[in-house]
Amino acid sequence: MHDRSSSGLHLLHDTDTSKRVSPKDLPFAVQGMTVAYHHKPVLWGVSYSAPKGCLTAIIGPNGAGKSTFLKAALGLIPKLSGDTKVFGELIEKALRRIAYVPQRSAVDWDFPATAIDVVLMGLYGQIGWFRWPSRKHRQKAMDCLKSVGMQDFANRQIGQLSGGQQQRVFLARALAQNSEVYLMDEPFAGVDAATEKAIVAVLRQLVADGKTVLVVHHDLETVRDYYSHILLLNGQHVADGPVETTFTSENLQKAYGGRLASTQLDGLSEASNS
Amino acid sequence: MEQFFAALTLSAGYNTALVCAGAALLGAASGAIGVFVLLRKRTLISDAVSHATLPGVALAFIIAQVYFGSGRSLPVLLSGAALSAGLGVLAVDWIKAHTRLTEDAAIGTVLSTFFAVGMVLLTIIQSMSIAGQAGLEGFLLGATSGMLRSEALTIAVAAALIGLALVLRMKEFSLLCFDDGFAAACGYNVRWLDRTLLLLLLGIVVIGLKTVGLVLIIALAIIPPVAARFWTDRVPVLVAIAAGIGASGSYIGAALSASAPNMPTGGLIVLVLFSFFVVSLLISPVRGILAAALKHYRFQRIVHLRQGLLAIAHDEPVLEPLTRSILRRSGFMGGDGQPTRKGQSQARLIERDQKLWNLYREMYPEESHALADWSLKPIGKVLPADTVCLLEQELSPHVVRGGETGNGGAG
Amino acid sequence: MDIFLQFDLPSILLGSLAALACGLLGNFLVLRKQALMGDAISHVVLPGIVIGFLFTHETSSLAMMLGAGGAAIFAVLLIEVIRRIGNVEPGAAMGVVFTTMFAAGVVILEQTGTAGVHLDVEHALYGNLESAIWLDAYSFSDLWNWQVLMTLPDSVRQLFVVNMLIIVFIIMFFKELKITSFDPLLSASLGFSPKWLGLSLIIMVAIAAVAAFTAVGSILVIAMFICPAATARMLTDNLKTQLFISGIASLSAGLFGYLLAAFGPGLLGHEFSVSAAGMIAVVAGLQQVLAMLFAPQYGVVMRRRRQRAHASV
Repeated sequence: MHDRSSSGLHLLHDTDTSKRVSPKDLPFAVQGMTVAYHHKPVLWGVSYSAPKGCLTAIIGPNGAGKSTFLKAALGLIPKLSGDTKVFGELIEKALRRIAYVPQRSAVDWDFPATAIDVVLMGLYGQIGWFRWPSRKHRQKAMDCLKSVGMQDFANRQIGQLSGGQQQRVFLARALAQNSEVYLMDEPFAGVDAATEKAIVAVLRQLVADGKTVLVVHHDLETVRDYYSHILLLNGQHVADGPVETTFTSENLQKAYGGRLASTQLDGLSEASNS
Repeated sequence: MEQFFAALTLSAGYNTALVCAGAALLGAASGAIGVFVLLRKRTLISDAVSHATLPGVALAFIIAQVYFGSGRSLPVLLSGAALSAGLGVLAVDWIKAHTRLTEDAAIGTVLSTFFAVGMVLLTIIQSMSIAGQAGLEGFLLGATSGMLRSEALTIAVAAALIGLALVLRMKEFSLLCFDDGFAAACGYNVRWLDRTLLLLLLGIVVIGLKTVGLVLIIALAIIPPVAARFWTDRVPVLVAIAAGIGASGSYIGAALSASAPNMPTGGLIVLVLFSFFVVSLLISPVRGILAAALKHYRFQRIVHLRQGLLAIAHDEPVLEPLTRSILRRSGFMGGDGQPTRKGQSQARLIERDQKLWNLYREMYPEESHALADWSLKPIGKVLPADTVCLLEQELSPHVVRGGETGNGGAG
Repeated sequence: MDIFLQFDLPSILLGSLAALACGLLGNFLVLRKQALMGDAISHVVLPGIVIGFLFTHETSSLAMMLGAGGAAIFAVLLIEVIRRIGNVEPGAAMGVVFTTMFAAGVVILEQTGTAGVHLDVEHALYGNLESAIWLDAYSFSDLWNWQVLMTLPDSVRQLFVVNMLIIVFIIMFFKELKITSFDPLLSASLGFSPKWLGLSLIIMVAIAAVAAFTAVGSILVIAMFICPAATARMLTDNLKTQLFISGIASLSAGLFGYLLAAFGPGLLGHEFSVSAAGMIAVVAGLQQVLAMLFAPQYGVVMRRRRQRAHASV
């Protein structure tokens, strides 16, 4: 309908104005999204397009609507305006091309299921209605568990896993979904160092395989080490782009306002100079 | 019909008047208590409480029959009911606290098992062939037709007492429902406040058994508060309205049943209450669905209008059909999809306003998040003039830079 | 022996099959934290049953089934509407709807004079398990005789069919039920609509409730939706095992509950009769108490003992 799709284009034209990007090449493009809770806007007219095949952190202060952004973009919560397109398709029709990893608290971990059961669920879409998972599917689920280092816990009830292990199971499930776009809501929240390492390795592997990955991230200290791109939110779209040019103290000041002490900002931007 | 109006105007005999008045007091007290149970999000625990009364009633009947020769004494039966209902509440708490089962499963278990025990006892009573057992069926669905004067009086007095107790403890209960952490910090024993609340609920359920019956008594504690919730957000008003709805619904229901003696009182009361609920749901100007729909429509209009104008200001195409139609209807956009002159000038105003709002968010993040009207209304109408003035001054250098990067934030 | 076959066996079958139908579905209700949906459904089917009865004047007719199923769906939709557009907390919305519909059922029942014909409120609450008789049975070999089996009471055969239906439903949709119960968001994104699966589960619950309800009353129905599943939940962490255990628990509650009701008072030397449906529910509750206390891993007693052993080491 609108070939010069503005969805996120004005965000890209800083870097490559010469290239014409067709909407079909945009893995995850959100246009003019506004979300309100109880008649109070949480997100205000956010437009954003995720760079293809990159690892992007979504950062911003508490209450900036980072998780809300993912949920509303996926259509999990109602929005006032805006739409999301996945490779040019409206998200409602393209949900299978996306794997969403919710916050750990989103499910009941006391559910009677083992780690491998949960990973198998990621394959249900491929298995289809009525059919039971076969040995082949189990093998595949096991491979996914292996890639997050959880193969020894395959038959453990999920409630008996530690927080970090549960997060890894979630990640393995997302891997099993084998999608093109991965959206993760705070995978690093409350996990141990080993898990953090494992998750980073998996994220890098995903990007190496050409997937587009968006991660809601809290820890500003590690942004530079883990990610190539960022999206800064503060109820609105503040800035996005490669870490080197976008993760600046000026942008952080814009997003966090008075909440980050100026010394902290200096520390983070110094890292950018070195 | 005549009889109904007679009952309604308290002129259908002393007994009927007493029953109706008792029902009204009962409805008022249970409606008021129900408010706190609702706010505490434990509505369905009353279901367990009411069903758990049955074994107590039956056991009290058997014991009274065996030892005193007559089981049909209301106070004895009701004390039995209160005891077993109390046991039921403790059982729910125990299951929730000590096993992996969740509250809903705990409630379901207790209500069904206790009720089943009660039922088994009732069948035993039936086969004992004792005179006077017929009254027991009334506890299931409520029957006011054969109620004795002393019984009606007992119910009315007890309901009034419970209502009074609630009024005396209202401040603490409000605090408990609003923020139990804060209540604990204020030195209140939250556990015991919860227990007291459940105790009052239990009292109301037990008293209501005879009038409304144990299957439907919980409606008296659920429907009035839910209906009242549509009318206000303030707890004392909520309590008053819920009590009012409970009282009038129970009164009318009891009067109806007095005019049609074989109709179950409980059923009628619940249906009258439900009609109050439906009316509240539909027409309440505060939270009723018509009002809410209107409010949502207005809010949506504000947001779309603003975003449409911002898009015009940034020379971006307006894509949302809804935004386009709202812009067109306000005369900001022509039929060809191009902004009108009026639209252009309004867009400039809104762009400036949005920049001020953005700056406000940047400078005062906490305050701006707390503000309900952030970037919804013109900033001058929300913030005091001196703050706006400060923002204006601060903005001047930013305007230039903002123009360079073309970063308005909102598209 | 004839007496056992002709009078006790059909009642046992009726009780056990009713328990099994509800007990299996109850697993998913408990896992979805919708245990009280079983309670609500068993209340709201009353007006449906009454209206169905008014149309045909027959108990255990198809019209009653349809009426009850319709009432259940209506109730679920009404709860959803009140919850969504009225912004009412789910438990409260459920409470409003099921009490009102039950009240409507009671009032219609009394109003239209159906009271005392075949259907009355006590009947609806207690059921009538003992009325099942199988006069054509004379010996155990009749259990393998198709023709004689077909003379089993209608309600027994009906419940048998309903049980088959439920088992097929669970096997066919096992994977889908599991994922929608555990993670509705994921299942929606994989194309398994949690809304539709939730609704079909509720419809199955309504069918089970009605089939069991006319035979054994609403109390047994509520108890069976929750107790066997909760019992199994205490004993295992595997969904398939849980379904299996809950099935066994339902059947054993049906069997022992009936036997206790039929022969218990006699053994105690008393003459009084005891409601079999009530006794079945009591046994189901007792099984759950035992499981809550003595389950090997999650039982309270065992956990205490382990803690003490831990502390003393």
